[in-house]
Amino acid sequence: MTVSVRRPPRRPLVVASATLAGFALLALLAPVLIAPESLDVVTAHGPTLAPPSTRFPLGTDENGLSVLLLTLAGARLSVGVGFIAAGLAVVVGALAGVTAGVLRGRPAAALVWIMDWFLMLPQVPLAIAFVAVLSPGLTALVLVIVVTSWAPIGRVVRTAVLAAQAQPYLDRVRALGAGNWYIARVHLLSEVLPVIAVSAALALANAILAEAAFSYLGLGAPSEISWGSMLRQASVSGALTAGAWWYVLPPGLAVIIVVLAAGICANAISSASTQQY
Amino acid sequence: MISRTARTGGTVESGDVRSGGVQRAGERMAGVRAAGMRSAGVRAGGTLWTRVLLALTGAGLRLSASLCLGFFLFHILPGDPVLSLASGHPVTAEALALRRRELGLDRPLLTQFGAYFANMLRGDLGTSFGYHRPVTDLLQERLWPTVLLVGTAAVVSTALGIWSGVLAGWRPDGRLDRFTSTVALVLWATPTAWLGLLLLIGLGTGVGPLPGWLPIGGLHATPAPSGLPATVLDVARHLVLPCLTLVAVQYGQYHLLIRASVITQRQHQYVAVARATGLRDASVRRRHVLPNALLPTTTQAFLNVGLVLSGAVAVEAVFSWPGLGYLAYEAVRIPDLPVLNGTLLVFCTAVILMNLIADLTVAWLDPRTVQ
Repeated sequence: MTVSVRRPPRRPLVVASATLAGFALLALLAPVLIAPESLDVVTAHGPTLAPPSTRFPLGTDENGLSVLLLTLAGARLSVGVGFIAAGLAVVVGALAGVTAGVLRGRPAAALVWIMDWFLMLPQVPLAIAFVAVLSPGLTALVLVIVVTSWAPIGRVVRTAVLAAQAQPYLDRVRALGAGNWYIARVHLLSEVLPVIAVSAALALANAILAEAAFSYLGLGAPSEISWGSMLRQASVSGALTAGAWWYVLPPGLAVIIVVLAAGICANAISSASTQQY
Repeated sequence: MISRTARTGGTVESGDVRSGGVQRAGERMAGVRAAGMRSAGVRAGGTLWTRVLLALTGAGLRLSASLCLGFFLFHILPGDPVLSLASGHPVTAEALALRRRELGLDRPLLTQFGAYFANMLRGDLGTSFGYHRPVTDLLQERLWPTVLLVGTAAVVSTALGIWSGVLAGWRPDGRLDRFTSTVALVLWATPTAWLGLLLLIGLGTGVGPLPGWLPIGGLHATPAPSGLPATVLDVARHLVLPCLTLVAVQYGQYHLLIRASVITQRQHQYVAVARATGLRDASVRRRHVLPNALLPTTTQAFLNVGLVLSGAVAVEAVFSWPGLGYLAYEAVRIPDLPVLNGTLLVFCTAVILMNLIADLTVAWLDPRTVQ
């Protein structure tokens, strides 16, 4: 009997992952591509807060720097922090989730309780408290994103581990003498990996949104260029009252593009891994 | 579709799996359920009252954990709050020691913790470094603007999300669905502060020849108008932009949630039966599909409150809305540790309370979960 098979559409995944790769590359190469003096306030020579023109395609900021170059340079910190923080959160979350899924009894219940509690902590207020105590900087920024985003990953991974463990064939594997660690390594990993991949993509989206929010609130590294700090700079420098929309628009659009790309990746991975052929 | 991160996805089943981990069989059931049907959790042998008791105990434990977090963050991590208090001022060692004794910082940590806990329970949150006023007073003052903002935004965005989500889920992949779901997805990816700034420029200060026509910050005009109707109108005008921003970033999630829920309900036979009896689609949606689709969304709306509050902080910072978020935002610069401690506790308490309400509402709406 032939069954008509509808494969999940490939194109969005390709476009989205290419976009992510492009931004990652931009983050890596930004110092090579953009001359440092074109981002230096001292050597800035453009008109201040000028609307887009042929010389400055996206206009200039309050110091006469090109908004286009600032946005490109901002990718380094925004995307870089996003990848690092999301990576760390996935490692912590996956470890906690797998541990909670494999353990039995009170330890598992305790771990789940802790994850549930972390899940409830409101992200931005916690970040504000953390940074006020630790003093703002890149380390604090990454730390805060990890602290506020490992728990949801842990929960989802734990659920996946439980579902994977419920498969009947594992009883036979166990009867043949396989231990917990062996089963986790050989059998569960392949079923849990797609879930971790989806969580990782969503964590990236979240981390980049969080970076923008935290840096806007002044919780990021004070003198570094990032998309969030550009928004902060625009609002404290009086660009808003001057109606300088060209200063505000690009960093936010950049965030939207990266976050959407990460979200589309997550969606595509999850529909590909649950697809029944 | 993508819901705003695993964060929301995870909490939905928390009722399911939370009490699991007792027995292997129970774990398996939880796993299967979580993977497949995602039905509401069934706790073995529980009555309504045990459920209420369990929920209350859980909330109490979480609250205590949040208090401990506050102590850890503001009493153990900073090292010496007295030094940071005196930053920039020349102070003698004797003055520092005196201040330390006043604040009780020379006592052992355990004693400090006991005193902290007792003070918190009595509602004494200390005195603000920046305002030189009791933190409790400040919090009470700033609570209502936040409640007004978050409450209005929650009502509007839920209503919008329900309306468009039901229509979109009724005909998935239809023209309306494609449009609204794309909008919802883009809004999901939008940084809150950025949207606020754009609205502020577009509608507040005006772009080019277009004049701005809405106030761009604060709760009142200065000087505040006299008389009740004028005050209400004034506050409402100031509320428009912050509320619009918050509605926009919240709307997407509700839309996607309801849409997914309606798509699931749409496949049930009762819908076909209802339509076969000759009911118009609109009344099938309203009377049969919506009540069923609302159940998971109701809990989610309550559980989302942490996310909403986080968004509210950014919105309040953009529009200088004198609420709790703005209070916390301004306290970072000093840093005003007692105020930060107080706001964090209020936010945590709000989330815990909302979770408690969600837990009890589900028990009430869907008696199957209690049995």
